[in-house]
Amino acid sequence: MDWITTVDHKKIAVLYLWAGGLFFGIGGFEALLIRWQLIKPMNNFLDAQTFNELITMHGTTMIFLGVMPIIFALMNAVIPLQIGARDVAFPFLNALGFWTFLFGGLLLNLSWVMGGAPDAGWTAYTPLSSTTYSTTHGVDFYTIGLQIAGLGTLIGGINFLATIITMRAPGMSFMRMPMFAWTTFITSAIILFAFPAITVGLVLLTFDRILGANFFVVGGGGSPVLWQHIFWIFGHPEVYILILPAFGIISEVIPTFSRKRLFGYSSMVFATILIAFLGFMVWAHHMFTTGLGPVANALFSVSTMLIAVPTGIKIFNWLFTMWGGQVRFPTANLFAVGFIPTFTMGGVTGVMLASAPADFQFHDTYFVVAHFHYVIVGGLVLGLFAGLHYWWPKMFGRMLSERLGKWTFWTFILGFHLTFFLQHFLGLMGMQRRVFTYLPNQQFDLLNLVSTIGAGLMGVGMIIFLVNIYLTSRRPADAAADPWEDGRTLEWTIPSPPPEYNFKQTPLVRGIDAFWKEKTAGHKAMTPAEPVGSIHMPSATILPFLMSVGIFIAGLGFMFSRDEFRSPLTGFLFNNYVVTAIGLLITFGSMLARSLFDDQGWHIEPEELEGR
Amino acid sequence: MTTAQAEAADGTLPHEPEKATLEGRNKVLAFWLFLGGEAVLFGTLFATFLALRNQTNEGPTADELFHLPLVAAATFILLLSSLTSVFAIQAMHGNRPAVLRLWLIVTVVLGLGFLGLEIYEFSVYVRHEAFGMTTSAFSSAFYTLVGFHGAHVAFGVVWILILIGQLSYKGLTVVTAPKIYVSAMYWHFIDVVWVFIFTVVYLLGKVG
Ligand code: HEM
Ligand SMILES: [Cu+2]
Repeated sequence: MDWITTVDHKKIAVLYLWAGGLFFGIGGFEALLIRWQLIKPMNNFLDAQTFNELITMHGTTMIFLGVMPIIFALMNAVIPLQIGARDVAFPFLNALGFWTFLFGGLLLNLSWVMGGAPDAGWTAYTPLSSTTYSTTHGVDFYTIGLQIAGLGTLIGGINFLATIITMRAPGMSFMRMPMFAWTTFITSAIILFAFPAITVGLVLLTFDRILGANFFVVGGGGSPVLWQHIFWIFGHPEVYILILPAFGIISEVIPTFSRKRLFGYSSMVFATILIAFLGFMVWAHHMFTTGLGPVANALFSVSTMLIAVPTGIKIFNWLFTMWGGQVRFPTANLFAVGFIPTFTMGGVTGVMLASAPADFQFHDTYFVVAHFHYVIVGGLVLGLFAGLHYWWPKMFGRMLSERLGKWTFWTFILGFHLTFFLQHFLGLMGMQRRVFTYLPNQQFDLLNLVSTIGAGLMGVGMIIFLVNIYLTSRRPADAAADPWEDGRTLEWTIPSPPPEYNFKQTPLVRGIDAFWKEKTAGHKAMTPAEPVGSIHMPSATILPFLMSVGIFIAGLGFMFSRDEFRSPLTGFLFNNYVVTAIGLLITFGSMLARSLFDDQGWHIEPEELEGR
Repeated sequence: MTTAQAEAADGTLPHEPEKATLEGRNKVLAFWLFLGGEAVLFGTLFATFLALRNQTNEGPTADELFHLPLVAAATFILLLSSLTSVFAIQAMHGNRPAVLRLWLIVTVVLGLGFLGLEIYEFSVYVRHEAFGMTTSAFSSAFYTLVGFHGAHVAFGVVWILILIGQLSYKGLTVVTAPKIYVSAMYWHFIDVVWVFIFTVVYLLGKVG
């Protein structure tokens, strides 16, 4: 119950972590099934339809329900602490964001047991995703589930923007903000401007499928390429929503374990902003082969390649940070250092793909699959592992086992390169992506076998990580406030795990790396910016959960509104939108309740603070 | 209790009550951000409409369909409601809750008038012109864009009604003031969107 009603950002972080971890596990399992099917030519382990459903759900689940929530978990756990705040700007909305994400994700995954998963690829290209070619409710689960989950992401983005703008501790100017806070800020801005586009796209596709609209139906005057534009205007920025937080994590972990300041802090900030800006200008590089014409292709080609410049700046700054530092390699830093070459390779293949004429060759082959897995898994997932190992003691008060951590790292990264490095060559040799099997003796056999073995090894790495978590959770929570001893930012100045009010007294920030600065000046703690006083806390509430349940019910009701039912009663309830109305009533009723009964919150008094 | 809350307790209000507390300031800021997102949302709908506005699939065209005097009347009503919501905020800043409530009621009434005209317009299209969601890509884009705006107006009407109710039993405080201010921002935003709809959908449909 505690967990359903919580509005504490640290608990919401844990919720995001478990829920994201669960979906990540499901997505990983789907990946293993896909690889098992491709282990040998002409395999009949899966049929074509199931294979299509698996690749669609794997991509969708991983991106929207796996890695994004884990990013949100780290942001929720760390950002208020890093900027010296007692909370986020909108604790209530924070909880709402989590629950809509979870119920959206559940809805999407219900498709497996309710008559067929989406099968049109994670990009849901029309006309493949139209009712003509995708006849089950699968794509409806996709559009409505993602819509609900996306709502949560948007809410989270606005919340972090407001939090970072207004709640920084005294003295923390923007140019003194930790890099992870910066990348969270920029990521949230991208979310704010990219997600509404996919919101519209999903609405249009829903209307096409459920209300018989003609947006993407050529026969009715619609245009499938329009879908691609809308999807990628969102989709390309989305990949920066994923990678920028990883950049932020790496920029925290590497300096800490090099015992040095981050090299080129301000160039890092500007590179981040530039990447975000350019990220909005290059969507059509996913559409070179749709026939936009040579001029458009050339422009999008060049603007895409430009992104490599700020990205390169970042890579060199990390290398210069380590240069001459006293570098240590606990698991967190292993992952961070492993990130650098792996991600760089993904960037290089990105530039190759950005060359429009070459892309005509690479497009829809395993080369593209290799490229984006190098950036998403070799970049983002390694970054998340680094971040999780780094902040685990802060979140849970327990250090993860280093021995198991190193096993995780080596099995995972070895498995990763085995799986995906070879796929570059498979792609260059002409193996198509999204095809459920291939003919023997095209020189694909051995490489695919090895690729599948690599995937299995990654799975082993994940299992070791889970074992590590399990064993760690049974040990006493006795981590020090600054367990790595070289913590530079404010989260390391308070106990692990932090009390619910985070800071007894808001700290006064006197420079970049606020804590490091005090340490080098010979101080053991931050100077407080205020006397000890009564702290105002928001009350726990069930309303965010109820609102999300309502949306979930409304979504299901809408989805089945045109179906024929055997039982007249169910038919009546769905066909007349009664179910939809009930769902909306729950949601709007909860909104009304929230609006009418203002949350007075409660206070933690100074005596209580001292009593601890 | 902060000073702002103390002032509110004895009946006086700070100069800009919506920005007197951190919560209020956060609300206003976040709402600006939210409107940024809404702008992208409507931008995408507009782009879709522009791409598909001539794809009539042998159904009615914009020129055959639209009846400008009706739309102009709706436009006038909606713009007027923006003005009345400005009066409402002025009354709020002058700490005159009764006047504030009056202007909010006028705003709601105008909003309802606009919605009535829109529903009438849609029903004429559907019944007499055989122009429904499924007729053509143009019709889909039209109903989606204009309908989305209409849904926003409807939401705004209900929202402001709730705030009027709150004003009656909670009074004008530093807690209710940000809500009223934010709803006025929302109301202006949907009016601005309508100006674009009037231009891009109706005027361009008649002459373009
Ligand atoms: C220097 C940076 C990068 C460049 C130049 C680049 C370029 C490209 C190009 C041109 C494509 C389209 C290939 C095709 O479909 O034929 C592509 C696909 C893709 N990229 Fe990147 N990319 C870069 C970084 C990233 C990052 C950072 C991510 C994610 C974190 C990413 C994720 C993806 C994904 C998911 C796809 C495949 C989408 C699909 O068709 O399903 N890329 N990239
Ligand atoms: Cu892209």
